[in-house]
Amino acid sequence: MDASTSSNLLFQGSDWNFERISRAYDAIEEIALEELKLDVYPNQLEIISSEQMLDAYSSVGMPLMYQHWSFGKRFVFEEHHYRKGYRGLAYELVINSNPCITYLMEENTMAIQALVTAHASFGHNHFFKNNYLFRRWTDAGAILSYMDFAKKYIARCEERHGTAAVESILDSAHALMDQGVFRYRRPPRLSSEQERERIREKLEYEEQSYNDLWRTLPPSAREGEPDGKDENASERKKALKLPEENLLYFLEKNSLVLEPWQREILRIVRVIAQYFYAQRQTKVMNEGCATFVHYYIMNRLFDLGKIDEGTMLEILQSHSNVVFQPDFDDPRYPGLNPYALGFAMMQDIQRISTEPTSEDEHWFPDFAGTGDWREVMLDAWENHRDESFILQYLSPAVIRRFRLFRLTDDATEPYCEIASIHNERGYQEVRAALARSYDVGVNLPDIQVSDVNMLGDRHLRLQHNVKNGVLLEERSRDETLRHIRRLWGYDVSLVGREAGSERLLYECSAQ
Amino acid sequence: MPNFIDRRLNPKDKSLGNRRRFLKRAREELKRTIKEQVKSGKIADVDDKHSVPMPAKDTSEPSFQNFSGSGQRDFVLPGNKEFTAGDRIPKQGSGGGGKGGGAGTGESEDDFRFVLSREEVLDLFFEDLELPDMVKLNLKEAVAYKPRRAGLTTSGAPSNINVARTMRNSYGRRIALHRPKRKTLETIEAEIDRLESLPSTPENRKRIDALREELEKLERRLKTIPYVDPVDIRFNRFQPQPLPNASAVMFCLMDVSSSMGEREKDLAKRFFVLLHLFLKRRYDRIDIVFIRHTHEAGEVDEETFFYSTQSGGTVVSTALEEMQHIIRERYPSNEWNIYAAQASDGDNIAGDSERCTAMLNEELMHLCQYYAYVEIIDERETEIFGTTENGTSLWRAYCTVADKWPNFQMTRIARPAEIYPVFRRLFSRQPTTTR
Repeated sequence: MDASTSSNLLFQGSDWNFERISRAYDAIEEIALEELKLDVYPNQLEIISSEQMLDAYSSVGMPLMYQHWSFGKRFVFEEHHYRKGYRGLAYELVINSNPCITYLMEENTMAIQALVTAHASFGHNHFFKNNYLFRRWTDAGAILSYMDFAKKYIARCEERHGTAAVESILDSAHALMDQGVFRYRRPPRLSSEQERERIREKLEYEEQSYNDLWRTLPPSAREGEPDGKDENASERKKALKLPEENLLYFLEKNSLVLEPWQREILRIVRVIAQYFYAQRQTKVMNEGCATFVHYYIMNRLFDLGKIDEGTMLEILQSHSNVVFQPDFDDPRYPGLNPYALGFAMMQDIQRISTEPTSEDEHWFPDFAGTGDWREVMLDAWENHRDESFILQYLSPAVIRRFRLFRLTDDATEPYCEIASIHNERGYQEVRAALARSYDVGVNLPDIQVSDVNMLGDRHLRLQHNVKNGVLLEERSRDETLRHIRRLWGYDVSLVGREAGSERLLYECSAQ
Repeated sequence: MPNFIDRRLNPKDKSLGNRRRFLKRAREELKRTIKEQVKSGKIADVDDKHSVPMPAKDTSEPSFQNFSGSGQRDFVLPGNKEFTAGDRIPKQGSGGGGKGGGAGTGESEDDFRFVLSREEVLDLFFEDLELPDMVKLNLKEAVAYKPRRAGLTTSGAPSNINVARTMRNSYGRRIALHRPKRKTLETIEAEIDRLESLPSTPENRKRIDALREELEKLERRLKTIPYVDPVDIRFNRFQPQPLPNASAVMFCLMDVSSSMGEREKDLAKRFFVLLHLFLKRRYDRIDIVFIRHTHEAGEVDEETFFYSTQSGGTVVSTALEEMQHIIRERYPSNEWNIYAAQASDGDNIAGDSERCTAMLNEELMHLCQYYAYVEIIDERETEIFGTTENGTSLWRAYCTVADKWPNFQMTRIARPAEIYPVFRRLFSRQPTTTR
């Protein structure tokens, strides 16, 4: 044993090579699977350079992406910040796919490579594979081939219909990305390769066999419609399954002016939006999970004598940078750091399970003192999103540690009010407010298709359900409406109604 | 054991296409920005990187956004220090310091400036201008050749023998064919000598005979296997490499007599700088020759050209003579693309304009790719002259040249603002009729 203690180290020094990463990976895997009982997709580690990382940034982190000027804009932006040194690059980037792809930066030291392997290839990977949102709403096995299809399809459309035409459709579709997801209804699965092929063939056939003569046929006579207007309206709403929250979906299926290829492009954008929707709802948990996993694994490796003190110090330094939370009045304050909050909550769950205080026993009778923090955590990771996770697991201890307080801002008042702070009376409120602020569905403007008469003037009516009196930014609202107008082809109007009371707050339209 | 993929050697710049699309989309706005920057700044600075603000028009990405100045909103913030429930904080101006919210990113993106490379700047600046006569630029029609080493060959001039390679071949062949070494022959000879000096015995004789035979055999071998055989010889091979004719010389001719004031010179300078920029974009190497003239002409440096005055009359042909002379001496027209730009106020001594015309017609216009004449006139004169044919003697004389040569351009300018349009007109895409 003594002879092997020095060779027990997985690596020494800061240079990495494939053999070292592989050895570290195996050790990490052992702890992750045996001790933390993680369940992961097969891993694929890809080494990339910083330029490639910048590229990946600007194509929203996907390894394959179609071309669009907005990615160029993002690239110019990221590159500028990176070159000027305002912002570093992430050490890694992980993609929710099966196999799970982790990008490691070439510039990382060996310690960092080990850290990010634990963080991404096990922490995030486990989360992607097990969390209910990802399981239900994304399809890790199909996403890469779907992106490949999307990229090729859009490139082909550009060849055939011209870059400008494709670009304008993409512009409009991108504007509606936030309104292009199913929030409550389960989205249809990504179709399999064959099915996509079939659809494409069908579209091609339709294009080839298109006969202009059909257009000249007189519209089928549907005279004598009942004049009971209300009944009529509810009838047609039912036929179109209105109201519809997914604007992109609605336009794709019902717009009369779109060509088949334009519908397919809307669909592509919608699928990508849906794919990322799960990530937006689980930022705190996802990062908390990954950070906790890497922290646990690295400490275990250190305890087992598999990494030396220098490595551990480097890891701890980068770990504490990641979980740094500046106060609200700090000029560096960028908002609550999901890594910090997530990690603190995970650690807190571990603490409550093993050494609870009486307060914890009062707040978390289910698992306080059971000692089985792994179970609790695995369960939380699997069955929650940020909103419900915070609502259920944020403890007074964490609220105190972050010294969280709740601030209310009423636009009509000349002051902001501190509604509650980290005290006995405030815990519940702070917790509920924080949970609410992570509910993406609530915080994105709720805009739905409320009515359209397909046989009449085809005027598309949208309704904005205004919550708490929060209106829309007018300039971008009008521009977005114009995009909808372009996709719909007929008049579009938007009314804002107060949620609950149905009181009309504003009305605007795009002709 | 995970699956490793080393992507470092994959093509980088995956985003280049996207960046290009972005610049194309923002083209109009960027062009306007660049033009304004050029107008206000020094013209010489055009030839550099420019930082431009993120274009707002055409590149906004609208979406439905919550308006932060409305309704009741809730924030949870970390780091409470002295607040207790019920405290009120007065709002200061718009959006005080610690108000959380994700609206920040959108705004910072608008304020942000990014850097266009020099090439991109110039592309925007010169968009849809084209060099008037680019026959020589065309790489296919390169005229100059330069010999370049290109491996070895088995035939060639003796001066090109590659000794090292030849000797290597010869050495290998000698080993392969067992060419006897001079030393072996010498030892055998020495042995024979030694044996012969000994008292002759039958045994000895037999040995000598054997050695003699051996020696003969080796000498025969030595003769048949040459030390250096023609098959060993290698020559350096040279291939004539067409040399793109990518160098240009630009002649700046200017009248510096007292009639040319600061204003005139400034206008002329701007014109020259623009021409220079344009040429620099097309050619790897560009020389500038400044010739100033009064009643006599001389080549000067840039500083003198623009900033010192000289008194005297005005004889334009002296400058043309000087130019002719310099071309003959230093810039043979088969190696150089020659451009000339002449600025003057149109004054010339009586009778000299005809001489200038003759010189241009007979020699200079054959040599020049392009000859631009700008006449700097008074603002009041613009109305008088307009576009009519009449004008100064030089102007009228040059009109005949312009009729004859499509690559001769002339124009009048009176204000700085007119330079750019004039420049565009001079270089605007020409129907490729002649040549």
